[in-house]
Parts: sequence; C-alpha cells; structure tokens
Amino acid sequence: MKTNMKTYETVIGLEIHAQLSTKTKIFCSCPTQFGSVPNTQTCPICIGMPGVLPVLNKKVVEFVIKAGLATNCTISKHSRFARKNYFYPDLPKGYQISQFDLPLCQRGSLTVGDKIININRIHIEEDAGKNIHDSSDIHSLVDLNRAGVPLMEIVTEPDIASPLEAGAFMRKLRAILRYLEICDGNMEEGSLRCDANISLRPIGQKELGVKAEVKNLNSFRYVEKALEYEIERQTKILTDGGRIIQETRLFNTQSGKTISMRSKEESHDYRYFPEPDLVPIEVSDQWINEIRETITELPDQKTARFVRDYKLPSYDADLLSLEKYTADWFEEAVRLGGDSKQVSNWMMGELMRLLNEKNLSLDKSPLKPNLLVDMLKLVTDGTISGKIAKTVFEDMFNTGKSASEIVKEKGLVQISDLGELDTVIDEIIKSNSKEYERYKAGETKLLGFFVGLVMKATKGKANPKLLNSTLQKKLST
Amino acid sequence: MELFRLTIAEALRLLLNKEISNQELLKAVFDRIKNIDSKINAYVTITEEEAFNRLNKVSKTSGIPIAIKDNLCTKGIKTTCSSKILGNFIPPYESTVTQKLINSEYIFTGKTNLDEFAMGSSTENSGFFPTKNPWDTSRVPGGSSGGSAAAVASGMCIAALGSDTGGSIRQPAAFCGVVGLKPTYGRVSRFGLIAFASSLDQIGPITKNVEDCAILMNILSGHDINDSTCANIDVPDYTANLKNGVKGLTIGIPKEYFIEGIDKETLDAVKKAINILSEMGAEVIPISLPHTEYSIAVYYILATSEASSNLARFDGVKYGLRIDGKNLLDMYLNTKAAGFGKEVKRRILLGTYSLSSGYYDAYYKKAQAVRTLIRKDFADAFKKVDVIITPTTPTPAFKIGEKVADPLKMYLNDIFTTPVNLAGIPAISIPCGFSKEGLPIGLQIIGRDFDEETLLRTSYTFEHATEHHKRIPSI
Repeated sequence: MKTNMKTYETVIGLEIHAQLSTKTKIFCSCPTQFGSVPNTQTCPICIGMPGVLPVLNKKVVEFVIKAGLATNCTISKHSRFARKNYFYPDLPKGYQISQFDLPLCQRGSLTVGDKIININRIHIEEDAGKNIHDSSDIHSLVDLNRAGVPLMEIVTEPDIASPLEAGAFMRKLRAILRYLEICDGNMEEGSLRCDANISLRPIGQKELGVKAEVKNLNSFRYVEKALEYEIERQTKILTDGGRIIQETRLFNTQSGKTISMRSKEESHDYRYFPEPDLVPIEVSDQWINEIRETITELPDQKTARFVRDYKLPSYDADLLSLEKYTADWFEEAVRLGGDSKQVSNWMMGELMRLLNEKNLSLDKSPLKPNLLVDMLKLVTDGTISGKIAKTVFEDMFNTGKSASEIVKEKGLVQISDLGELDTVIDEIIKSNSKEYERYKAGETKLLGFFVGLVMKATKGKANPKLLNSTLQKKLST
Repeated sequence: MELFRLTIAEALRLLLNKEISNQELLKAVFDRIKNIDSKINAYVTITEEEAFNRLNKVSKTSGIPIAIKDNLCTKGIKTTCSSKILGNFIPPYESTVTQKLINSEYIFTGKTNLDEFAMGSSTENSGFFPTKNPWDTSRVPGGSSGGSAAAVASGMCIAALGSDTGGSIRQPAAFCGVVGLKPTYGRVSRFGLIAFASSLDQIGPITKNVEDCAILMNILSGHDINDSTCANIDVPDYTANLKNGVKGLTIGIPKEYFIEGIDKETLDAVKKAINILSEMGAEVIPISLPHTEYSIAVYYILATSEASSNLARFDGVKYGLRIDGKNLLDMYLNTKAAGFGKEVKRRILLGTYSLSSGYYDAYYKKAQAVRTLIRKDFADAFKKVDVIITPTTPTPAFKIGEKVADPLKMYLNDIFTTPVNLAGIPAISIPCGFSKEGLPIGLQIIGRDFDEETLLRTSYTFEHATEHHKRIPSI
C-alpha cells in the first residue's frame, strides 16, 4: 500500500546567526565594516597572535539583551563564555569564543501570524574569517577582516510547521532586529544567515523524527526552497520505507537541492569548556531596565496601533510596519494631512511597484511624504483626475518635483470648465450620429463609448463627474 | 666590586650617588653573560645591542639590567617560548609587564630559556637546550622559569621575570637559591604572556632578595584594560612595610605538606625556618588542608585541558613554523609534529582527552569541582592564620636526566606549588638553607588573596635574620 504524503507532518527549528552592527569587533577595537581590503581590519588580538587576550565589547552585551527583551526572553543575570574548539584556517585561535551552558538570553518567543514560536536561547559569539579559494591557484587565502565580528545566535524550539512559517519567522525576526538597530539584516552580505533543522514524523506521533540540518541559508527564499526540497526528499525516503540519517546538508542555490555534507558520525567534538580569559557576564536589574527603556515601539505594537488609530486593515498595517522607515514615512504623510487609507494604497501600490522596478529602498526614493500629500490634495479638490494622478505620481518619483509643478508643466489640469467640455461633447455627438440615435433608442450602455471618446479627445483631463452628468444630459436631448 | 652581583636596591643607590654608571653596570652584566652563559645556557636570545641603544634613552640613575622569560612577548624581539614552532616569531606588540618595565627604565638583557611553553619542572623540555643549575651544573635549575632563575643566581642579570602556572617561578627559585614570587591571580596583567593554562598563569619577579621582589611588584602590579581577568584593586607600596616584623603574625603549618618522602635536609631547613620566625614573635599553629592530595591530579587535568585549546593556534597558517603538506590536514600534522616537543604533545593529548565528549564530566568538570574544594581549604585556613609555610619542593635540585624518563615522577615535584595556583592565591619561595652537597633549599610562604604585602614582610624578616641569601654559587 502506498502511503499518502499527507500522513507526515513537518517539524522545523532554526538557528539564526545575526551580525551585530557595533562599530568595533567583539574582543578588540578593529572596525567591522563590510567589504574592506582583505586583512586590513585586523590586529594581533583578532588574528590570534600568541599572548593576546580578549576584552569584551560592552555594546555587544547591550545589543543582545535588547534582542532578548524584544523576543520575550529571560535575561540571565549570570552568563559566561565558552570555547568551541576546532581547526580551520579561518579560525585564527583554533577555537571560537561562544556561549555554551550559560547563554545570555533564554526561553523567549515570537508571534508569527497567530502562532507562537518559542525561542530556546540567544547567545553571543564571534564570527570567523573567510577562506578564499581561487581555482587558478593551488593555494587558498585567508581573510580575517570578519574574524571577531560580533554575532548572536538565535535558536528556536522545533515549533515551526512549514517552510512558509520558517520564512515568516525570519522576516519577523529581521524586522525586529532592524527596529532595534542592532543588525542591518543584510542577507546578501551575510549579516543574517540561517541553519535549519528539519524532520518529519507521522501525524499524531509525539517523538521527533531524525533530522537533517541544512547549513548557511542566506535568503528568505533559500530558507523556504531548501526546506521544501527537504520535505520532498525526506517524504520520499519515508514513503519508500527508508530511514532518514542524521546529517548536515548544504543547499545548492543553482539546483535548488540539498546535498549531504557530513553525517553525525563525522561531526566535530567541539570540546566546549568555560573561556578562562574572560570573566563571567554579570547583568544587573538596573542595566536591564535601562536597556528596556531604550526599546521603542516594535512591529507588532505598531501594527496594532495603525489598525486602531488609522483604521487600516491589518494587512496594510502589517506590511507598513515591517520596516520602521516605511512606517515612519506613512505616519509622516498622514501627519501632513493625507488620508490614511489613501496613503497606504499609494504606498503599497504605485510606490512599491516603482521602488521594485528601480531596485531602490524607500529611503533612497526622491518622492517624499509631503509630495504624496500635495498630490492627494489635487485629486481631492478636483484639479486632477485619479487616472492622471498615476502619471503625476510616476513623474514625482522620477524627478522629485511637486505634483502642482508637474501638472502645470504638462498642462494636466482637469477640464472642469463647462463651456470647454460642452464644445468637445457637441462635436463628438455630431460626428457619431449613429451611436447617438441608438442611445436615444434606449441603448444606454453606449454612454461608456462616448465617455471614452471624450477622454481621448481631452487626453484624460476631463473631470469624470462633470463629464458623466453633462454627457447624459446632452445625449438625452 | 663585582657589579653583576648587585641587587636592584643596591644598584639604584649606587647610580643615584654616582658611584657607578649605568653603562658600567650593563657592561658588567653582559661580560658576565659572555663569561659563563656557555656553561649555564640561561639565555635563548641575548639583546646586547638593543640594551645599549635603550640605555642611551634612559636617565643616568636608572637602567637596571633585567632578564625576561621567553614566553613574554617583547615588541621587535624574538619570542620563542623555547619552542621550535615559534622559533622565528617576532611579536609586533609589547606585553603589559615588559611595557611597565620599559616605562620604569629597566633594560632587557635578553630572553631566558624555559621548558617549552612553560611545561615542565626542569627546563630540560626546552625545544633548544637545557639550562644548568649554577650551584651544580650537573643539576637542573628547576622549571619552567629555569633560565630566569639561573640567570639571577649567577649574576647574568640583576633580576628577572618568570611565569608560574604550577610552581614555575617558585620551584626554580628554590633550586637556584633566589627569591621568586607568584602573585595572586589577577594581580599582574597576563597580556603578552603566551598562555599555557590561562586560569592558572601568573607573571612574577625572580630576584636576589626580598626587597628587590617588592620593588618589582610595585612596578608589575595593577589593573590592565587589556586583561579582563586582571583585578581592578588598589596596589599598596610593597616596600613600605617590609621592616615591620612578624610579631602577632599567625603562621599555619599544614600537616599534609610534611609527609613521608620529603628529603630530610629540606624538612630540617624548613622546620628551622619556622622556629626562627616563631622566635621573632610569630605564633605557629598546625592546620589542615584536607584536599591537598588531589592537587596534582586536578592540576594536570585543568592545565592540560586549557593548554590543548591555547596551543591550537600554532597551526602554521599565520606565523611561526610551517611545514607544507599535500593538503590542509597534512600541513597541520607536519607543522605540529615538527614544531612541538614530546612533553607539549603529551599535554595537548591529555587535555584534548579530558575535554572530549563522554570524558568531560569525569575529568574536566570533576577537576573543577575539586579545585573549588582546594580553594575552600585555603579560605578556611586563612580564617585562622595569616600565612602558611611549607617546603617549596620535596627535594633540592635533581640531576639532569634523572626524571625525564618518568613524567609522573617529574610532575610530583610540583606537589607543594600547584595547590597555590589552583586556589589563585599568592606564594613566595625564599632561600632557607643548603643541603650538605651545597644545594639551596626553598621555603614557601603562602598568603591570602591580594596579600602579597604580608608574604613580603614575613620573607624580609626571615631573610634579615639569616645569611642564606648572601651565599652565591661559585661559578
């Protein structure tokens, strides 16, 4: 008997590495800037010379406490660092300073949609450098600019039930980290990357299935695609009566498949032990409270407020709250007198479309909230039609000029002058006498035909309301 | 007058009174090195040219020649840890302690030999050559700071720096008849000290007498922003109370340190020393440190565990020795096989084992728990006593080659010194007598956390009541 695919449920847990946007590294004062010339952002400490010692950057602790508070974690009053020992050329000390048995944050959660995803822990660690392999050279090179850049690792419980949910969790987490200004969330530059643990189990079974860990997923899409592939792969094995082996897998972005990297037997014994070169991290209640006070409104709270105060549908409120800059842009437009739903519609429609087309982020847009609000006023007072507004909007976006300027320059003012409109309508009726007769005979749906012709003749500038009423009157006589 | 025999205090006085020049002093020391170091082999690197260059830049009343153990990084001067793996390593930075000495206008005579990576008790584990005891060149000077202790004892410097992880300052000081202090963990910055076991390592002075030890402690001690484990606690003037005597002082004698197997002459000398202090007004009471017997085991688990991690960085990738191979693993294996000596390899293996999954709880974790008990033993004792007195070593200096074949026998030489490092407390070794063969015997005085002052005062009182420190080797 062939088992149906749907008899298995998916269990996913994520380990997310987020690079903290401190100015300097975690244990020395080297800068953390991305993309510098190899090995120029290094010193004896971060390249692991003999005799040097790490000194903890306090900002790192502050940032991770912030992340912990924003994800409902318990902040440990007493935590410590541990050494994770393994050999690799990009790991200059032969061990990574991380946290093991006593992490800084524990037992938190994030709500994604209606679902609560529990967070097991958030801990601090240092990044490694980068090996550079050039196929034209038998040697590999090592760039240690990234060695010692501060990271936090966020580990979820296996509470995630689908690739989409995993993607949504990542997006939500990224939004929070960006709100807190502790991680730029730039996945292409590796500021946010994810390892996903995934297993299947028959529905109703409590015990977890054997998992695979997919390493180093550096985009939301890759997370989702890799997990979808894994579900397919594991389902096939299980339905064919096979067994999943515990292993680490790599996602190939070209093929969209995961491939085995190493099995559990080959996995490292990291020989963790408490880092003797650093003193334990002691965090006072006072410090936690001070940090708590610096946390401003987070995405969820903002969404709720937008729904409440601006009467926005929660879909709009959610999208607008994803980025703080977007939310601020929206609120600025409303503050300047824009109607909240209209502003939201323009932002989520035309503005997003144009930004995507030009591959720009909102902060780089030449179109500012005041320009949108001015344009909306022209629509409301009848100066331009809603249709013309789209053209004006695109022009504003491209040039940064105001709507009234554009309307004036291009002569886009709506024809609301009855005399002018009369002349145009009369001429059109005259030259379309057949249709005029049919209309009079009761074929009233021809009204649209006449509206179209007038609009064409006026290049869309006719005030639609005025046009409708005048046309109806004239056709009926 | 043999200027190389001077102590820091005497030399400073003579310089101040213009009775000697610092040029004469430095020359006397380098002449001495040229005359006898071929017999002792205390130095790995001699920095005569740099020394005279630097002397031109210091005041005429300073410029004391001092030797630096070769596991302390010195900017621009080769720092080898007496290991082939660092044979060509020139640090681009200065350790905090050597910087402090430079600021105080001390002049470095060179870098002294040690057991490779400070792992050993005889300096026989040096990756280059063994150092010999100036009192009897057929014997070891102790270790791991054997080069520093031998250089001080034989006048190849006025004073020296050593480091002490399980006795590496005190044991060679005892074997060479000089004064050696291991400060409280956190009293002196470790920045620039090539780590052996980070939670145990401390840097300290090796000197010809107690006053010099206090003078150097004034320079070396204090908080350092580059070392998080270095305590931010005020530093007293260690020379201020040296002459205040031992009246009212309570000395504890731990029964676990006076056991069978200790050399009789050593035992007699230590007992005699205790009597002298008692006669000078100290109260002597018996105490117990019940977990002493576990010290060696605990020490060799924790120290090797930390070492296995600390020495991982010597992989041929960034600096030091590299022996190429056909792939990455090959290069690692070739480099480490050629670069590390036998004892270092043994300790890396031991430590790696103790930290491995499945063994961690039984070894590392258990050892940490016992370490806490050992620390508590001392804390309890110091509720009743001000200092604790023991022999520094079970025997005087042993013969070169005598213990190399039996590592366990060698490890037992640290039986009285390792508990102090595990507890993190300070201890000093001072000369307290000589064997019939003319070998020095060391007295260990152990103190409370950050109470080096009492150690120095007790030592000074004893030193000035006796003549042992005045005896010098005939070399």
